[in-house]
Amino acid sequence: MNSSSNSGSIVSLREVSKLYGRFAALRTVTAEFSAGKLYLILGENGAGKSTLLRVIAGLIHPTRGEVTVLGASELRTVASLFGYMAHAPMLYEELSGMENLLYFAKLYGISDAAKCEQAIRTVGLDPKLTRRVGQYSQGMRQRMSLARAILNDPKLLLLDEPFSNVDVISARDMARLLGEMRDAGRTIFLVTHQPALLEQIADESVWMSAGQIVAREQGVSAEAIASGVTPVQRGHSQ
Amino acid sequence: MTFAATLKNTLAKDQRLEWRSKDAINSMLFFALLVVVIFSFSFDLSPEESRLIAGALVWVALLFAAVVALNQTWARELRNSVLDAYRIAPAPLESLFLAKTIGNFIFVGVLELVIAPLFVVFYNLRSIGPVYDLVIASVLGNWALVVNGTFFGAISIRTRSREVLLPLLLFPISIPALLAAVNATTNTLTGEGSVYLPLVFLAVYDVVFTTIGLFLFETVLQAE
Repeated sequence: MNSSSNSGSIVSLREVSKLYGRFAALRTVTAEFSAGKLYLILGENGAGKSTLLRVIAGLIHPTRGEVTVLGASELRTVASLFGYMAHAPMLYEELSGMENLLYFAKLYGISDAAKCEQAIRTVGLDPKLTRRVGQYSQGMRQRMSLARAILNDPKLLLLDEPFSNVDVISARDMARLLGEMRDAGRTIFLVTHQPALLEQIADESVWMSAGQIVAREQGVSAEAIASGVTPVQRGHSQ
Repeated sequence: MTFAATLKNTLAKDQRLEWRSKDAINSMLFFALLVVVIFSFSFDLSPEESRLIAGALVWVALLFAAVVALNQTWARELRNSVLDAYRIAPAPLESLFLAKTIGNFIFVGVLELVIAPLFVVFYNLRSIGPVYDLVIASVLGNWALVVNGTFFGAISIRTRSREVLLPLLLFPISIPALLAAVNATTNTLTGEGSVYLPLVFLAVYDVVFTTIGLFLFETVLQAE
């Protein structure tokens, strides 16, 4: 554990860069994020949003710089405290939703099936559904993937485009659920191209471009929702 | 979660996945059966000649068929990026390696059980040495193939040409084990030569490569 991290900061990035050959997916990113907030990570395709989440999750190691999550620089030591949802559902297609969750729950030391059932109900699915995940619709997979990410009751939730391919009503339900989780003290990082869904919920918008955090603003501005243009491009400073 | 509990959990999951998809076992069986049948029709062998070459044939068939299972074992972890879910979980990563190895050992063991009687029938085989030596050789040889295959499968997992890369890595390092297994099998079938030495060699080989795999697996899995 690294005790030098700032108190109150749940994620700390210090001059973090990630290079793939000569391409920089992240460029000298330095930022502090407080606990108990819902952060929207916004920006154009290739801005480095997903890379940022994967670096925070410990799935990729930064080429340079230091990442501290929940006070630890060795991220595996806090693995039980966060949940991560990627583009792909991270579920076995040959297993049912419940079977998937039971397997992953045991990896977190959870052997109580009721917790898995609760996670599935929380995302609006039926735990008794015996259909295999391979037969789910895309929206159901996204929901089940969210159930997998929250089943260990994480303090920090990292979500990469959770609303993609999800119908509007389901997406609103998911957004409401995320708002409730934030109100319960969870910290959520959410990459999305649909900021309007979280207009009333998000605490802060973090704008990325070309591998850098170019602006941070409170909430989600109506202008950003309408135009998708970063505050810097609109002439505001960070 | 403890090492043993994770191992059991992952092993049970892999067996269930294979039972439902039958991706590995069907391909392995089909491939091994083809080898048995093609060679039996290609050669017209006396029982003595059969005993001399059957050891090599059976192990070559097992080696090639095992590669099919070894490719599948990691391919299903890549689908939907499920492996990432494991990588970020607080479970011991080495238990994943051991669970995969034991799973592959079971699949190849089933294959051995199916093709052994076929070899006996098609090649008119009758062992002169004790059959339990054949059983020991098949267990140790099987583990030697799958422990390296599982490890190198994990190395080749994120490359575009993993189906080609796995045999390229696996076959050269498996040659000593393969020679020992062939020697043990042939010596038992013919009742000539020592079986003890190749079996000891296989046991040492298994211990060494299992230990190396367990030590290096986390590095391999977390590599980008």
